[in-house]
Amino acid sequence: MTPASITDVTDRWPGWGQVLDTLTLQAGFNTTVVIVGTTLLGIAAGVIGAFALLRKRALMADALSHATLPGVCLAFLVLGAFGVAARSLPLLLLGAAATGVLGLLCIHLLLRHTRLREDAAIGIVLSVFFGAGVVLLSVIQSRPTGNQGGLSHFIYGQTAAMSRGDAAFMATIAALAVLAALLLAKEFAVVCFDDGFAAVAGLPVVAIDLVLMTLVVLVTVTGLQAVGLLLVVALLVIPAAAARFWTERLWLLLVLAAAIGGLSGYLGASMSALLPRKPAGAVIVLTAGAVFACSMLAAPNRGVLAAAIRILRTRLRVASEHLLEVLYERERLAPAGGAVDIRRIAVARGWPGWRANLVAMLLSRRGLVERRGRGLALTGLGRAAGARVSRNHRLWEQYLVTHAEIAPSHVDWSADQVEHVLSEPLVRELEAALRAQGIDVPAARGGMEGATA
Amino acid sequence: MSADDAARRSLAGPQSGSASSHAPIGRPRSVLDARPEHSADSPLSVHAMTVAYHRKPVLWDVDYDAPPAALIAIVGPNGAGKSTFIKACMDLVPRASGRVEFWGLPWRKARQRVGYVPQRESVDWDFPVSALDVVCMGRYRRIGWFRPVGKADRAAAIGCLERVGMAELAHRQISQLSGGQQQRVFLARALAQDSDLYFMDEPFAGVDAATERAIVTVLRELKAQGRSVICVHHDLQTVAEYFDDVLMLNMRVVAAGPVAQVFTRENLHKTYGGRLTLLVEASEAVARAGQQP
Amino acid sequence: MSDAVHTFLSIDLLPLLAATLAAFSCGLLGNFLVLRRLSLMGDAISHAVLPGLVIAFLLFGTRASLAMFVGAAVAGVATVALVELIRRFGRVEPGAAMGVVFSVLFALGVLLLEQAAARNVDLDADCVLHGQLETLFWVAPREWSALFSLDWLREVPRQVVTLAIVAAVSLAFVAALFKELRIAAFDPGLATTQGIPAGAVNGLLMVLVAAATVASFEAVGSILVVAMLVCPAATARMLTDRLLPQVVVSAIVAAATAILGYGAASLLPHWLGLAGSVNAAGAMTVTAGVLLTIAVIAAPRHGVLARAVRRRRLATQVQVEDLLGALFRKAESGAAGTTVPTATPHRASLHAARIARRRGLVSGDGPTLDLTPAGRRVAAGLIRRHRLWEAFLVDEAGWRSDHVHEAAETLEHLRDVRRQPLVPGIAPDRDPHGRSIPGGADPARPRSEDSA
Repeated sequence: MTPASITDVTDRWPGWGQVLDTLTLQAGFNTTVVIVGTTLLGIAAGVIGAFALLRKRALMADALSHATLPGVCLAFLVLGAFGVAARSLPLLLLGAAATGVLGLLCIHLLLRHTRLREDAAIGIVLSVFFGAGVVLLSVIQSRPTGNQGGLSHFIYGQTAAMSRGDAAFMATIAALAVLAALLLAKEFAVVCFDDGFAAVAGLPVVAIDLVLMTLVVLVTVTGLQAVGLLLVVALLVIPAAAARFWTERLWLLLVLAAAIGGLSGYLGASMSALLPRKPAGAVIVLTAGAVFACSMLAAPNRGVLAAAIRILRTRLRVASEHLLEVLYERERLAPAGGAVDIRRIAVARGWPGWRANLVAMLLSRRGLVERRGRGLALTGLGRAAGARVSRNHRLWEQYLVTHAEIAPSHVDWSADQVEHVLSEPLVRELEAALRAQGIDVPAARGGMEGATA
Repeated sequence: MSADDAARRSLAGPQSGSASSHAPIGRPRSVLDARPEHSADSPLSVHAMTVAYHRKPVLWDVDYDAPPAALIAIVGPNGAGKSTFIKACMDLVPRASGRVEFWGLPWRKARQRVGYVPQRESVDWDFPVSALDVVCMGRYRRIGWFRPVGKADRAAAIGCLERVGMAELAHRQISQLSGGQQQRVFLARALAQDSDLYFMDEPFAGVDAATERAIVTVLRELKAQGRSVICVHHDLQTVAEYFDDVLMLNMRVVAAGPVAQVFTRENLHKTYGGRLTLLVEASEAVARAGQQP
Repeated sequence: MSDAVHTFLSIDLLPLLAATLAAFSCGLLGNFLVLRRLSLMGDAISHAVLPGLVIAFLLFGTRASLAMFVGAAVAGVATVALVELIRRFGRVEPGAAMGVVFSVLFALGVLLLEQAAARNVDLDADCVLHGQLETLFWVAPREWSALFSLDWLREVPRQVVTLAIVAAVSLAFVAALFKELRIAAFDPGLATTQGIPAGAVNGLLMVLVAAATVASFEAVGSILVVAMLVCPAATARMLTDRLLPQVVVSAIVAAATAILGYGAASLLPHWLGLAGSVNAAGAMTVTAGVLLTIAVIAAPRHGVLARAVRRRRLATQVQVEDLLGALFRKAESGAAGTTVPTATPHRASLHAARIARRRGLVSGDGPTLDLTPAGRRVAAGLIRRHRLWEAFLVDEAGWRSDHVHEAAETLEHLRDVRRQPLVPGIAPDRDPHGRSIPGGADPARPRSEDSA
């Protein structure tokens, strides 16, 4: 395996040995440096992106990265004019950082001094600066001496074009950024959570914000070569947003975001080293995107599937209780009434017919109701359940009415059994109050006493 | 009123909207039997409405019949589901179950006759429209799709602005109005809707005294024309002064009915707990007012 | 027809036309994105249509097909839907949701492009980004008469025709649904209760934005689309306070941007002595930025300059009035002539004294000042307003009398007649502290409360 392999475009798939070599960082020094550099970049972007996301600055990074293009071009032109070797990476990146910061400054000024909102300010800076960059690019191209000298790599990113020195430079900056972010994690966290409090507590909020944005600039600028300025924002946003699904704790969020970012960088650089025509930037972003999609779907608490199941459960539980309660009370008011027409229940409850049928089916499968043609009736088991539900609702109702100093949002009264939440004397008191109004409360064990009274 | 009466009432739990259905509380009749006899003149009758966001119910089995031609306040603590209640009535929030009828009609058919004044903070007051434009929005339903706002609509809108004392400011951009003036614009828009029933979400929040008086005047005019207004209201001290009826919500109906009957110390205590001593003064003022006639 | 005109018609007309049409449609639709705080949706869509373009191209193998348009439009609408899904169900803030969606889709597009490039396919990301206005040329008719026979219409390239259609549809959409778009953006809740489903109206808007983006692509590139969706609307926002003027102004600004930008791109290189040409789409974007900057600085009402001048003038006004008020109160208490009051910072009060003297409101020099007759009238009006406000706050708004002075101190400077306390019936003649309220002859405000 020669160092040239990273630029070697073939249409063959690599052998297993080659895959293993690359993934275990044994595939030549150059490849290894690039992979390590990109991984570190991913980790740095994950950590700093997490703070940027919490500070709701995610898309500022997009404006920032677009705004780097004119800087790169200007630096290139200036270097060319002074006859310096045209590709001195740190100097080009210095130019990039300069216009990037200028772009951020413009956003700040627009927000401060005009009636324009943040989204518009970001859109303006992003497009105008990038347009200026495109103009400068075409100027560079049209110069008699001019080739672009690989400037377009900054737009789309190309690890293949990285020299050993470039990769080492990137790795160093990324490592420094992570270190700085971890040292300042506590301060960042306070400012992200509540900048007003932070200011009152005597923290220099502006300075901390400035440091955070500086770190964002550093990561963006160093990421230009690897993933390109169009996609570097993804490196900042996606790992953090994906990690957010899994945890509510800051430290874990940072660790997860770093892991997802690092993994994306590692896989992206490796794949682009192994496979032909796989630009590292795109692969990195797609890896992160895949992690995001999985997180969003499958995360246990904030995930979409979990939420959907939760909502469905709540709906069904509420509906089941409603149905049981209706049947139970019907039976009690008119013991000889027999089965109740399901359509009547649907109308009374304001349900569409299918929902009534679905709930009835679920309850009959659990053996709580039985269907007699269109009619529904409680089974013995269902009667007990109905009594329980009815008792629970009555007591909660009474509780909300007499002890309403507790905000109802803290009580989930269809899920929580009264006895589990309230003290026994209080439950007795509620029962007594209901009886005084001439309302039956089924007994606690869910038996038939209340129903037949 | 004796202490015994009060105690009994405090235990009597929720009361249905009108005096006719005073009998047994709790759940007097099965949900199945409900067909309140007067629902055709009741501008709003809510039946067994339950609303649940993600995990928890916000409103549970709310039954309410609004009396016709009345000013009705919805009061209750934060998180009691007041705004949710009016939004769920207008299908802006999905209901888990329950029926809502306006004059015995479903929302789709009654929409023409119902007006809505959202909370003032719910819109962007830097939006490039003038006060007159905002009021004209109240007539969009009448104007219909695609057609532009005509001269007659503009004239009607100016008339509505006049009624709230804002005609002179008709062409101001809305960000140049004070908070009270913005609320009056919203009120004028509601008038432009020319509805028979209005839902208003905290119309008195953060307005100056003059605007408050203007709003009250308009509310009384509406009532005199036989229309009903249902307001989410925060200022308990003014409930008795401004409103005829009150609906006390705390996830379910705590009490509902004419202010003098329902807005008692005990009910307030039930709704708000022991948090507000002002309430006591307010309710005593009501009690005194009730004894006078 | 001269050669120069023919050259213009052949080489410059179509790019100019294409750019103007694209800018026009985007500028028109962008207003509603900016007002709904969705400016970046244009950015997201324009990045994210790349995979749609490439997939359609790979499937149908041609650039000149409806398929490509459809593919990109589908990708655009999918972007909007995905952002909404992630935002709502994933509870991710909208900015981050957009960032995730468009970058992933764009990355997918780049990857697919690389695969396509392996098959020597003529499609690259650069043309999507920067546009290829230069490739739009045709053989214009040689004779003027030929222009009128309309046969030349057949020669017009497809991109320009598509852009013309999209521009017409956008214009029709905004014109026909103007009032619905306005209410759906301003107050979605009210719109929905009025039977105008805000969600559907906004969805339709997004579909049109996607269509405009896609139609603009081949000709002008995505960067101009993003700029045109935001910049003209933002420029108009600085200049107007009503929606209709804003929409009109933004459309004009958009078209002007395209024309000026094209002119700059073709003329500037010659002046600067550059050999080749400058990217026209980029030049237009920069022009949009320049026009916006001018508006931000110089807009008559909301511009930075106007606001600074207004602030400065108001500060001077307040200082002068405070000075007059202090002199008036001194005179009321019997002492004639006074030194410059020191309640305000020294330099500011000296400045105020200078201004007041220049306006003939005070006389005297050095540290001692006296009210002139004109100054007396103004001061009387001022004190009248102050005391009326105090009376109003106490009688009508129910403030306590020892709390009203500071508030009245601020309110007295309001010159707007309608903001004066209009006490129903008769104005009081005593303020809450028992001092008399001077009569209403106030030269600064010819229509005073008395005449109202």
